[in-house]
Amino acid sequence: MLEFKNVTFQYEGDEVPMMTDLSFSVEEGDFVSIIGASGCGKSTIFRLINGLEKLQQGEITVDGKPIGSLKQYSAFMPQKDLLFPWRTVAENICLPMELAGVEKKEQEARCKEVLEQVGLLDYERKYPKDLSGGMKQRVSFARTLLSGADMLLLDEPFSALDFLTRVDMQEWLLKQRAHYHKTILFITHDVEEAIFLSRKIFVIQDRPFSSMEMVEVPLPEERDRSDLKRPEIVELKEQLIGKLRRSVSV
Amino acid sequence: MKNISSLILVFLLLMVWQGAAMGIDAAYILPSPIEILVRLWELREPLFLVHLPATMGVTALGLCISVALGLILAVSMDWNPRLEKALYPVIVASQTIPTTAIAPLFILWFGYGIWSKVLVTILMTFFPIAITVFDGLKGTKREMEELLLTYGATKKDIFLKLKLPTALPHFFSAIKMAIPLSVIGAAIAEWLGAQSGLGYFSKRMMTQLDGAGVFAPVVLLSVVAMLTVWIITLIENKIITWRKEL
Repeated sequence: MLEFKNVTFQYEGDEVPMMTDLSFSVEEGDFVSIIGASGCGKSTIFRLINGLEKLQQGEITVDGKPIGSLKQYSAFMPQKDLLFPWRTVAENICLPMELAGVEKKEQEARCKEVLEQVGLLDYERKYPKDLSGGMKQRVSFARTLLSGADMLLLDEPFSALDFLTRVDMQEWLLKQRAHYHKTILFITHDVEEAIFLSRKIFVIQDRPFSSMEMVEVPLPEERDRSDLKRPEIVELKEQLIGKLRRSVSV
Repeated sequence: MKNISSLILVFLLLMVWQGAAMGIDAAYILPSPIEILVRLWELREPLFLVHLPATMGVTALGLCISVALGLILAVSMDWNPRLEKALYPVIVASQTIPTTAIAPLFILWFGYGIWSKVLVTILMTFFPIAITVFDGLKGTKREMEELLLTYGATKKDIFLKLKLPTALPHFFSAIKMAIPLSVIGAAIAEWLGAQSGLGYFSKRMMTQLDGAGVFAPVVLLSVVAMLTVWIITLIENKIITWRKEL
């Protein structure tokens, strides 16, 4: 579905490029987590995919077509909920559809459907200030879903939440994924979170990086937290932490 | 009664004033608050029926034009960085002009009619509106703007769906600043040359050495400005319930 071909990128004013000659691909329906130390370029990958940074060298394609020629191919969910405080929950969720020119009636119908799915139908007319941190992230996820894209880019969406809410939200996300069958790229600092959620994990270890090590997670699609205690998963977690620590010390 | 402390303070200041005025015992130098209130009542007909409407006319017209001008300037500067570079220094420089010094010139150019006074009012009020609203538009969160861009938003979409609501609280602050300034502007212009208005009336009372008569229109102006700001605050609280969330 998504393919990076020999992508090189350097921020203006930086002495070293962020990535050089990077190539990787993500299959349709995959759940891929990208892990790496702070500032290693995880978010830059997202910024390049959603067009916030201009491609300098190489090519990014979605379904074989260069992203420059496409519209609504990816939807971005940031770390902060970034809900507009002057809009109700429903109005926030409808924002991407409003911008895409979707008819009002269809907006309402789709909004209701997704609100029901994320369990917030009763909060339709509430404002973000009336919601808890976890609820706000669910609204933000619903908004991302309604942008209509098949590929979701989730940039540390749960990192600002407290531990228990984060655990709840991770389980919730797995259920949503099973329901919507979207391709998900997920950035996180948390190795356990990456293992619990993903099919594959990409590890960024250098700066600049020209490849990411790909690790398959040996867990079934339907999983629960007790799976994290399996010996092979505990070993995988230690391995990944080891890789990240080495990259930090470099 | 959350404003009880300020009410007590105002009452104490009025008591001190009343005591000082009674001590000096020369109403043409320092009339007491009670004398001013009595004079306000005695002069109620010319004050409320002739001069207050005249000053309010100047204030309202000046304020409306200032709001329009201020908004146009703020939006243009936000829309185009080149315009910002060209206009911003000129707008700031316009505030270094001593209004009281230039006001007689306006009267020379535009006569004793309403426009010379409206111009003084505009000169005093467009600046806070333009600069405060411009700051509001500039204060938009970059991440929110980027999020809209990822949804395919155009510059117009970003302005209407993000910048305008973000700048709304700033707009209300600007109006609340501009109201007292517009009243002061109108009164100054009337002092310098007019045939009616509270500023003109106050000056006329001065020539008659009527201290309480000088203060009466000034008190009236302050009360009107305070009432208007209060009404605007009520409207603001009704509309903007998310100021703290930004």
